[in-house]
Amino acid sequence: MIKNRHLIDPMDFSTEEIDKILSLSEQISKNPENYSKKCSGKILGSLFYEPSTRTRLSFEAAMMRLGGQVIGFSEANSSSVSKGESIADTIRTVACYADIVVMRHPKEGAPKVASMYSDVPVINAGDGGHQHPTQTLTDLLTIRTVKGSLNNLKIGYCGDLKFGRTVHSLIKALSRYPHNEMHLISPKELKIPDYIKEEIFDKRSINYFEHEKIEECINDLDILYMTRVQKERFFNEEDYIRLKDTYILDNEKMKKASDQLIVLHPLPRVNEIAYEIDKDPRAYYFKQAKTGMYVRMGLISMLLGGGVLK
Amino acid sequence: MMTINTIENGIVIDHIRAGYGVKIFNYLGLDEVDYTVALIMNANSKKQGKKDIIKIENEINFDLSELGLIDPDVTINIIQNHIITKKLKLSLPEVVENVIKCKNPRCITSTERNLTHVFYLVDEKKGVYRCKYCDEKYALGNRV
Repeated sequence: MIKNRHLIDPMDFSTEEIDKILSLSEQISKNPENYSKKCSGKILGSLFYEPSTRTRLSFEAAMMRLGGQVIGFSEANSSSVSKGESIADTIRTVACYADIVVMRHPKEGAPKVASMYSDVPVINAGDGGHQHPTQTLTDLLTIRTVKGSLNNLKIGYCGDLKFGRTVHSLIKALSRYPHNEMHLISPKELKIPDYIKEEIFDKRSINYFEHEKIEECINDLDILYMTRVQKERFFNEEDYIRLKDTYILDNEKMKKASDQLIVLHPLPRVNEIAYEIDKDPRAYYFKQAKTGMYVRMGLISMLLGGGVLK
Repeated sequence: MMTINTIENGIVIDHIRAGYGVKIFNYLGLDEVDYTVALIMNANSKKQGKKDIIKIENEINFDLSELGLIDPDVTINIIQNHIITKKLKLSLPEVVENVIKCKNPRCITSTERNLTHVFYLVDEKKGVYRCKYCDEKYALGNRV
């Protein structure tokens, strides 16, 4: 039963429950008009303490396309947070007005705190460099649609693996499907956190390989998941400037990849994917962005109890 | 060889890792009590080489699980009429509240008021805990 649950971490739902959300989202994407009144009379509280384009707009568009309405803020300065209000008090107030809440926050664990005090479902739309489970649902549906399954895949994650919350969430989710192999491509300063290695790879006996160059493994990959080096996660700008251009995917590097490779990116990109790649049929990141809205429609619909698989 | 008398009624905390006796002594507030206590440091031990021991001539109540965070290998002996009536081995608590503070500056515990710091045990063998909110690691220094 997914109704009235929180989604804070990708592991909050079983693989069966995730499959149900993905299947409903797929159905919605084929016939969105059939779901245009599913959330009629319902309100989404959209609490974005940090800038966002895709995630916030796709959540708000998703709710409106389901017939619901949206309240909230898109920056902390325009709310009582600027007066020093705690997350616990903010969520208890918003839960009086909204039927479901989505929260993005720069501090890791903030949506978890919100879920502890909320009477309505809370969705984590990204907490610092920690987790981003709805981006993961988007990634999973994109992969499942293109590759036909979520098993037996060789996935390369490239860029900022230390603060890349989309990477952390996707790794967690894909580690539950059999025979997936992980390739981690990053400079040593931005390596994957030890909790992912110890709690996910080691405990689940997942095969993983660490690389410093894309060329070391690109020929072997089914999926290349590119990420941006995020300026906002660095306390020291010098470190950011030194690391930001470590990886740039271009036509030259793509020549070594298989025809079956797909390139994903949670967006926004800065310069880690050259614009010339946009024309490559293996570039899936803009299709991935569109999938995000349907996934959020499926998720909201199920959390509010309106999601019925046909 | 130094001689310390046995106690009539009270507690003996034995097999403390050498050097950790002071920490436990301070944690239990034994420097401020008015009954007889003894902190023995660097005693010879067949198993450990060197060990610390604390003898307390009184029945006191303390949280065993939190003591386990300082040194989970200690043995607690309950003494009544000079005889050991009970031996307790410690195990690490599954969840620890407001004992370990999260050091991740990006964690919500660094800004949210009145939030309980919660760490949960992920690896008993290595003594590894993780923050409930951000997954920051806390490894017990004496276990790893």
